[in-house]
Formats: sequence, C-alpha cells, structure tokens
Amino acid sequence: MVGTDIAGPARAPRRQQMKVVVDFDLCESNAVCMGIAPEVFEVRDDDFLYVLNDEPPAELQATVREAADRCPKQAISLVGD
Amino acid sequence: MVVGASLAGMTAAQSMRWSGHQGELVVVGAERHLPYDRPPLSKGYLTGAVDEARLTLRSATEALGITWWLGRRAERLDPSSAGGGVLTLDDGSVLEADGIVLATGARARALPGSGDLAGVGTLRSRNDADGLRDALASGPGRMVVIGFGFIGAEVAATARTAGWEVALVEAAPQPMARVLGSDAGMAVAELHRSHGVEVHLGTMVDHLVATGGRVSGVALSGGQVIECSQVVVGIGAVPETEWLRSSGLGLGDGVIADETLLVAPGVVAAGDVARWPHPRLGGSTIRLEQWDNAVEMGGYAGKRLLAWAVAEPVEPFGPVPWFWSDQYDRKMQLAGVATDRTEIVQGSFEEQRVVQLQLDESGAVAGAFCWNRPRQAIMARQLIAEDVDLETARGRLG
Repeated sequence: MVGTDIAGPARAPRRQQMKVVVDFDLCESNAVCMGIAPEVFEVRDDDFLYVLNDEPPAELQATVREAADRCPKQAISLVGD
Repeated sequence: MVVGASLAGMTAAQSMRWSGHQGELVVVGAERHLPYDRPPLSKGYLTGAVDEARLTLRSATEALGITWWLGRRAERLDPSSAGGGVLTLDDGSVLEADGIVLATGARARALPGSGDLAGVGTLRSRNDADGLRDALASGPGRMVVIGFGFIGAEVAATARTAGWEVALVEAAPQPMARVLGSDAGMAVAELHRSHGVEVHLGTMVDHLVATGGRVSGVALSGGQVIECSQVVVGIGAVPETEWLRSSGLGLGDGVIADETLLVAPGVVAAGDVARWPHPRLGGSTIRLEQWDNAVEMGGYAGKRLLAWAVAEPVEPFGPVPWFWSDQYDRKMQLAGVATDRTEIVQGSFEEQRVVQLQLDESGAVAGAFCWNRPRQAIMARQLIAEDVDLETARGRLG
C-alpha cells in the first residue's frame, strides 16, 4: 500500500522574497541546516557555517524555511518571508 | 487538542495548522510558561547568556490561533471510539476534542530519600533551572552532580566553567556507554577530568548529609563523604503517563503507539512520552528523549492526526535518531545508535576530533559518533538513512 509521506512539518504558504540571515552569535554549527538545504548552508571542516546563497530562489525556499525551523538554536532568520 | 505544551506538542500544533487544520486548536500545559526550549537550561540559561525571551520557542509566538490552557495539569483521559476523547484537568475543567496529541513528556527521576532538602535539585523544567541559576550565581562553591548522563555532564561543565569545584558521581563503570559507546563515554570522562572535575565512576551514593535542613555533603558507598553546598541529581527521566492510568491506553515506559504514532482512534503520541516500533529496529519499540526527535515526531504526529480524520494511509515514522551535547567548548553528536563494534574513520579521541562508525552484527553502519565534527554527523545521518555500505561510509566520512 502506498501511503502519504508526512515526515517533517508542512509548509505554510508565504510570499516570494527571502533573505537568509544567520545570527552567528547563536549558531553552534550543529549542521542541521546543511542536512536539509545543502544548496544554501554548508558547515565546513573549520566548523563554521557558510551561507552559500543568502537569497535562495523560489524552488529552494520551502527547504530553507524547514532548515530555519529545525535549527536547534533558532539562529536562522528569513527576512522578507 | 495537544496535551503537553512541550517542543513536541508545540511542533504538532504548528504542523496541524500549517497542514490546513481550520478548526479549534487547544494546547494544554502543566507549566505556566509558553512552550520553551530545554537544551539551554543546562548551559546558557544557567549562566544568563540565554534569557527568558530567547528560551520561548519561536513557534509559540507565531499567529497559529491556539487556545492556551497553561498552568493546568491533565488528570484523566477518556478516549472515544469515534476518535479523540474527553480530557479532565486538575482544576476540574473538562475539554473534549476529536483529535488528541499526547505530548506530556517526562519528569526527572528523583533521588530516593532526598526529600525536600535545600540545595538538592534535578534539572528538567524551567523552574528547576531558575533555582539552579540562582544557586550558581551565589557561588562559586562546591557541587556534586549525581549521574554522569548528558544533563549531569552539561551542568558539571557549566558549573566548572563558572568557577565551581565539581564532583561527578556515576554508578556505572563508564559514563554514557549505552548511548555513546564505551570509547566515547571514557573520552567524555577524561574531558571532565582535564577540566578539573573530580570524576567518580562505578560509585554509588549511599546517602546525602544534611546540616540544618540543607545539604552539606554526599556520602559515597565506600564511606567517603564529598562536602558540597549544592547537589544536582541527573539520573534519568520517567515518562509522564500516570494520568493515563484509567484511559485504557497501552502503557509501559511510555504510551505505546503504533508505527504511525497512533495510540487509539484519533489519538497520537509524540516526544519523550511516546514509545513506538521504530521501522529501523525490526519491530522493537523505542522511546527517545532527544530534541530533534521531538521536533520530527511532533511534526509527523500533527499530520498523522489529520490523515487519520480522512482515513488516509501514511508511511511509518522512522527517522535516523540524532542528538548533540555541548560540554565546555566541545560538541559531540551521535547519528543513529551506538554499538560495541566500532571503527574510527577520521581523527582520534586524543585529538578530540573524531568520527567513529558504529557497526551492527552484520557489519552495516548503525551509527556514527562525532566529536567536534558536526558536518560529518549530519552526513552520517543521511548515509545511514540511505543504508549505504561500510565502504561508502568510510569514503564519504573519512
């Protein structure tokens, strides 16, 4: 039987523009964001988080929102979202 | 209706709203506070680096149209065969709902015989943390932490960093061996020793010594007494299920759910209180007390309830577990589960930078312990979810 994949919270419908802002005083490099949206977030071997694209295109915004919500430190803000 | 204003409960409420639930949404919580984040309670909140505003979950301040019933403890649930049921609260209020999320979490296990001695506390709730924060601010003095688990280890690190003399007492010969593996457990013990913490392994506490209603020492089974002004007890947690005793629901170290977290018609469980058959464990049930699991489970549980209402089939709930712990300036993470068959693929314990694979009986990768290697921990979690072979895991994580 085929079921519906319901893992992870559902996404709320929101607007188009988005700028990713990380509070590096809060960030602990847990790398959860990288696991969810590797196109936008990368924790390198120096243990620091790098934002690869701080204005992600529309098709990435849902995963970026999930990454922000799932950050254990709630260190990621999405401005204009 | 969500019973338990916890991380799992809050995430379930949010998930229901975002998934299109238009009806009433009630969240009941025994504590007076809006849902808050627990990891800082043993770290930044104790030192003041994290304030109350920052502790409150961001989702709890979102406009989700929630009716809050805070400061009221759930006392009884009468499930309905039609779905959901009737909830009775400690103030006599009766709430009815056709969908219910059970997310009442767990409470800290108390040290038998410690009574209400001043200077002795557990650390689980914000009120616990407030008390300990005040005690730390009155110091530095001498602290004994009973139980070398994650809470105990983090409190010890926080107190030690704040200048306290700290002793850690653990009954097992190795700390955290069951969850982290014995190599990692011993490495954590060594980390604490190197910071000047007195570590007693394989040591039982005989009794607490009191002077004028206040703790003044901890007597160990060997006869030694460690003098102290503060004791923190971190010997595990007990799921909050007593209130469900008359409900007829399956209980046994948690509320027993099926592989889709359903407990009864229109009733699901999530977070520390929930026990369910994890698909990766071949049918055996598990109960996890982990931050990320609470988030994943809450998100799933909310949608599970909505799917139940329209009789929609769903996939089982079975993410690869993952957790982290920060002690001093060190970060340790475990993806998957620890085993006693291990292989280091990067770094070493001596360097305190290591990636250690945990292999099951067949030699497949069941887990990965990462010390100051956060990137590899998240990669490992994905590799485990994809069931990659050992060779691939070595190549990608080495």
